[in-house]
Amino acid sequence: MGLLDKQFAKESIVVTSLEDLLNWSRLSSLWQVGFGLACCAIEMMATSASHYDFDRFGVIPRNSPRQADIIIISGTVTLKMATRIKRIYEQMADPKYVISMGSCSNSGGPYWEHGYHVLKGVDRVIPVDVYVPGCPPRPEALLEGLLKLQEKIRNESLVKKTA
Amino acid sequence: MKNIQEIFDILKEKFGDSILELLTTLPVESFITIAPKKINEVCLFMRDNEELKFNSLMCLSGVDDANGKQVKDENGAVKIEGSTLSVYYHLESTEFRHKVTLKSSAPKENPEVESVALIWHHADWHEREAWDLVGIKFLNHPDLRRILMPYDWEAGHPLQKDYKNPEFYHGMKVPY
Repeated sequence: MGLLDKQFAKESIVVTSLEDLLNWSRLSSLWQVGFGLACCAIEMMATSASHYDFDRFGVIPRNSPRQADIIIISGTVTLKMATRIKRIYEQMADPKYVISMGSCSNSGGPYWEHGYHVLKGVDRVIPVDVYVPGCPPRPEALLEGLLKLQEKIRNESLVKKTA
Repeated sequence: MKNIQEIFDILKEKFGDSILELLTTLPVESFITIAPKKINEVCLFMRDNEELKFNSLMCLSGVDDANGKQVKDENGAVKIEGSTLSVYYHLESTEFRHKVTLKSSAPKENPEVESVALIWHHADWHEREAWDLVGIKFLNHPDLRRILMPYDWEAGHPLQKDYKNPEFYHGMKVPY
């Protein structure tokens, strides 16, 4: 069931379900919070830049969580930062999505044992939709993560809670 | 340009008993040991003296020497008692091109060392770091707060050898 399921050839009318229309519009303009934490943020910036062009998927950095749909946790989440991340996440308007980028925010990464200051995975404070592995992940991996998130949004339902 | 023996002689003549010893036999860099409560006076002299002119503090580091004896408390946790915490100062004179290392040790139970933050201003954040991670108290520091760990961190100073990380911080589980 795609968006262009029933198209009338002559008139400019497209018939679709409300669910598909909502999901399509949501997944096509995922504005992200401009938020970088560590070396993963450099890869995230590279993904946003002209070579990999995050914008072709509708991802634009916004400088306020109130105008954003998605937050990419790109880097080491320290305990000091974790409380702030939670606060930023709570300021975002629903529907909101989280991509955890890189080993550090997935599980603590290289700091998993002796990192006295590191939260061992950002999913201990906020719910994560997509985990992107890597240290740091290449831009292609982050793009793949975004496509996975779009796939997830495409299958969301208005009546059934998914996230 | 002066070598460490000449610098030591100048300091010894000026400050006497506050200059404790010169160690040159170690496999590492030689250094001069100085009494912790006099380090600010010695450093001010070293900065302003015409023969020395140590105008740059290249680095200031805190160290837990862990040279005491290990004791187990009633919970079975290992504590190190009777050891010292040290501060190392790496100084350079950009004019004379000579360098020197100073060391100042204080007992871990009451690790008080005079601050040099008003002599070289970049010592300010270095001393805050040494306080935050190793737990050395710098007397007369203008603003001795934690710099890296959260301000409300109550578990102690993480780079002390007998430090134990807490189970929870603000409801977040800390161990893996």
